[in-house]
Amino acid sequence: MEQLLQVEGLHKSFGSLDVLMGVDMALERGQKTAIIGPSGCGKSTLLRCINYMEIPTSGHIHLDGELFGEKKANDSFTRMSEKELAVQRAQIGMVFQGFYLWPHLNARDNVAISAIKVRGMSKAAAYELAEDMLEKVHMSHKADEFPERLSGGQQQRVAIARALAQEPKLMLFDEPTSALDPELIGEVLKVIHELADEGRSMVLVTHEIRFARDVADRVIFMGDGVIVEEGPPSEVLENPKNERLRGFLHQIIKPE
Amino acid sequence: MLELLQKIYDLGGPLLLGAVTTVEITVLSFIVALSIGLLFALLKLGAPKPVVWLINVYVEVFRNTPVLAQVFIIYFGLAHTGIQVAAIPAAVIGLGLNGGAILTEIIRAGLAAVHKGQREAALSVGMTPWTSLRFIILPQTWRITLPPMGNYAIALLKDTAVVSAIAAPEIMFYARNLVTSTFDTTFIYILAALLYFALSFPLARMVNHFEQRQRAWQ
Amino acid sequence: MIEFFAVYPENWANWWPQIQTAMLVTVQLTVCSFALAAVVGLLLALGKLSKIRMLRMFCSGYIEVARGVPALAVLFLLYYGLVPTGLVLDAFVAGFIGLGLSAAGYIAEVFRAGIEAVHKGQREAALSVGMTPMKSFRYIILPQAMRIILPPLLNMLIILLKDTSICSLISTPELMLRTKDLAMMSFLPMHLFLLAALMYFLMSWPLSIMTRRIELRMQHGKKSLTP
Repeated sequence: MEQLLQVEGLHKSFGSLDVLMGVDMALERGQKTAIIGPSGCGKSTLLRCINYMEIPTSGHIHLDGELFGEKKANDSFTRMSEKELAVQRAQIGMVFQGFYLWPHLNARDNVAISAIKVRGMSKAAAYELAEDMLEKVHMSHKADEFPERLSGGQQQRVAIARALAQEPKLMLFDEPTSALDPELIGEVLKVIHELADEGRSMVLVTHEIRFARDVADRVIFMGDGVIVEEGPPSEVLENPKNERLRGFLHQIIKPE
Repeated sequence: MLELLQKIYDLGGPLLLGAVTTVEITVLSFIVALSIGLLFALLKLGAPKPVVWLINVYVEVFRNTPVLAQVFIIYFGLAHTGIQVAAIPAAVIGLGLNGGAILTEIIRAGLAAVHKGQREAALSVGMTPWTSLRFIILPQTWRITLPPMGNYAIALLKDTAVVSAIAAPEIMFYARNLVTSTFDTTFIYILAALLYFALSFPLARMVNHFEQRQRAWQ
Repeated sequence: MIEFFAVYPENWANWWPQIQTAMLVTVQLTVCSFALAAVVGLLLALGKLSKIRMLRMFCSGYIEVARGVPALAVLFLLYYGLVPTGLVLDAFVAGFIGLGLSAAGYIAEVFRAGIEAVHKGQREAALSVGMTPMKSFRYIILPQAMRIILPPLLNMLIILLKDTSICSLISTPELMLRTKDLAMMSFLPMHLFLLAALMYFLMSWPLSIMTRRIELRMQHGKKSLTP
């Protein structure tokens, strides 16, 4: 079976700063991968390279067998134009740490607008889709509200609905709860858990180790721009082989 | 008292006529300035370097020279080279070009002030840069630029007074004519000042309103 | 094309001395009106922030009127409009007073915004160490407010420089008037007005650059003070 996502030899530098130094990873359909690691290890950068929010310095990405962000002609690769890239990006749903809901649109419009403007759906169909997605994240009752009237947790759930409305092949979560007050984290994690249980393919960058253990079927630990250890949560999180990983987990899980 | 009212009626008439021209020039100039400002601000976002450089030259020149000089060049200067521009068009072109430079910077700053994440979220759902500009960035830019644009509009209204120098039939022009014919200097100029205040007051209230809403949005 | 530029060296000896004198007047007008506007503006800002209701209302009223009436109207009032009452002002004096009182409205708001932006706790801390309100203002509030106030203040200076051209309409012997006279006498309006524009540009542009540089430096400082 073809893998849903293939990342080969990914390097990313910002000027003289090397952030990703050779990352290879693959994701099967329906697989849920969590990426953990200390600040600066490159986990967010890796995630953002997957949908070409950051342009890799070298390396290739394949989504569902198709080359992502680049075109191949004979033996050379050229970057896709913004228009072609936009079409590809529509296949991946991304949820940001800062939510980034559009403040001039209410919740329903935030969710529906991509269906209308990107996929050319009729307003009726788009709104129906939006209502379904808002239902999924338990935010139907706030469909008419504007982001400024919603709490952080509510905004993030609407952001998740917005990504889901793309009916994407893959969901990417970039530290979805890091900017939330502690008491609001639970409602967001609950929604992500439900999505995981549905069998959605996702890559989740997070600090919530316990959550990673519950939701992911594979955990990747990164350090200094490379993958240091990966495997099922039972191995990586319970019996880490790597010294650095052990130190990292010890620091994070300690204040319990 | 009746005398006073009679005076206001007699003198107010021509001044109000002037006010119509004042408003006309203000509105037309604003439209010109807004068109230029929006176009150039967007161009500065993505146009090739030589174009951006040219826009910057335009902005620097028009923001560092007095509008009176600009209007004189268009009205007197061009006439000398054979191109006769009437007073009101000269006023609109001069004020419009001047305002275009100001609005270019205001709108550019507004575009830049929209949080980076907004654009990222738009791109991530598959919008092209152009679509994200149209439906996500620009709508938010208007909110941010409304107060400074409103303040510019008020300044523009006041600036129209200087085009009396090229005989455009606006308030100040009529005021000066009235003075030469009635010699009621003090009263006429006070009346003219009040008229400007009456015109700018609603604009000032609106800007105030927008500024308060802005603060609420933060 | 060349004939166009050839006009300048031909007439330079005649024009330059007159333009130079006029430019000096322009600079003097700018400095005097700015000084007046700054002083009046500061007083207005303090008045608007004061506890005395009458004072607050007066200052607010002044600011609104000053911001809603064109400088030219004020200049005409001062130069022509006061004559019947017996007060005849010289063109220069009418010029800088008119511009200054007009600009004071804008500067007052700049000062007020800067002062309000300084966190209330600063004043409390100053009072708690025993400073009087006046001392706390001088040594604690104003220095911090200046960071916010400086760029828009400098901007007003540039605007005043350009606005001195309006004084030509009440016969103040500054650059614009001198240029217009020369243009009328020599029948070379295009050349002279372009020259005038160039002179204003040369005076104003360095100020613009400096203002922008200062603005950038201010932003690198206390970001928390900016609204």
